[in-house]
Amino acid sequence: MSLVELHAIHKSFGALEVLKGIDLAIDEGQVIALIGKSGSGKSTLLRTINGLEVIDDGVIMVDGKKISERDTDLLALRLQVGMVFQQFNLFPHYTALENVMLSPQVVKKQSKAEARAIAEEMLTKVGLADKMMHYPDQLSGGQQQRVAIARALAMKPKVLLCDEVTSALDPELVNEVLAVVRQLAEEGMTLVMVTHEMRFAREVCDKLVFMHQGRIHETGDPEEVFSNPKTPELSSFVGGLA
Amino acid sequence: MSEFTLWDIVYNLLLAARWTVLLSLTAFVLGGLVGLLLLMVRTAGNPWVVRLVRAYVELFQGTPLLMQLFIVFFGLPLIGLDVSPWVAATLGLTLFTSAFLTEIWRGCVESVGKGQWEASASLGMNFTQQMRYIVLPQALRIAIPPTVGFSVQVVKGTAVASIIGFVELTKAGTMITNATYAPFTVYGCVAVMYFLICYPLSLFARHLEGKFRNVAR
Repeated sequence: MSLVELHAIHKSFGALEVLKGIDLAIDEGQVIALIGKSGSGKSTLLRTINGLEVIDDGVIMVDGKKISERDTDLLALRLQVGMVFQQFNLFPHYTALENVMLSPQVVKKQSKAEARAIAEEMLTKVGLADKMMHYPDQLSGGQQQRVAIARALAMKPKVLLCDEVTSALDPELVNEVLAVVRQLAEEGMTLVMVTHEMRFAREVCDKLVFMHQGRIHETGDPEEVFSNPKTPELSSFVGGLA
Repeated sequence: MSEFTLWDIVYNLLLAARWTVLLSLTAFVLGGLVGLLLLMVRTAGNPWVVRLVRAYVELFQGTPLLMQLFIVFFGLPLIGLDVSPWVAATLGLTLFTSAFLTEIWRGCVESVGKGQWEASASLGMNFTQQMRYIVLPQALRIAIPPTVGFSVQVVKGTAVASIIGFVELTKAGTMITNATYAPFTVYGCVAVMYFLICYPLSLFARHLEGKFRNVAR
């Protein structure tokens, strides 16, 4: 049994059908990259996995349990599935430490001391032990994104979704964030990421999913898929990047 | 006929000004509570509730406060509820204040970006937690200047309660004018007193703005 299973997922925005029947299984410890042109549905697919986009049809199972649209199901789902965003979305009125502590305290009802210990551990892990008392606007983009990763990790999710986590960063800041993601992958975290960093995807991921016009067009081992694309669409997508 | 000294005028106006302050405070606190409640249910997003709240806001923003007070004061007795001028003025001003504050605060809540809602939702927070820890603290800072600015409107709005016979600052001014035949002096004093109530509110707003900028970011 896979950790996350998507069956026949359909999603439309008005008349535009963005996801046209997606089947995808994510195993524990797997690192999956979703690639494709903008508008191919990859971000929307990622956002359905933690219920930020409500699906029109299909089934999402996490840990063998079917997720319905009920609020309680959604909250339970989000305890298992963390997310990191392109724009970081840190809470500007809290320090780095408070950003990470907040949810363990408020949602998981952990004591302040427990939450603080976890937050310090996670911020140290992403290399920001010396920036805990800084507010988001005192941090660089790369540092903010690492706080966002620590914040998601503090909830101890089973899966972490990463939505173009380096796309909003200046080029010299990309690597520090990718290093953290790589470290998570090596530690066995289950990761699903939408990314344009093809070299990174190739090096780190176990499975590549190429999306085209709302469908999974091609999928497989990254090395295989990159060096030997089977469809002209993937071939031109990969070629266009080189 | 006895002579009125300036002190007599000022002293009597000051006594009446207490009622202006009390009515303003009551209307502002009650209006704020109702406004916050309306804001919460509106933001939670049931389409029918949203429509109802919008209609409520438009009703009270689109009619003069004077008419609202008349309708409360003369309308409620028609359905068997006799209300004193104090109750009518409080009720009317509360409805008026809540409608405006709901609308002002809605703008502030909406200025908090979608990313903040999504990030907090992704961390497993429910609506109440999102509002309490993420959205309201940020909206509050933005809301302070327009809210305190509006409180000045409430203070001045209480003058309308004089029409239904509630003796506050303006009504007292009219009564004293009728006895002294010195409208310029009396209403001059009345104006100064309104200013003395309202000006510190504006100063307070500016002070809070600076404070929130430094501490809460």
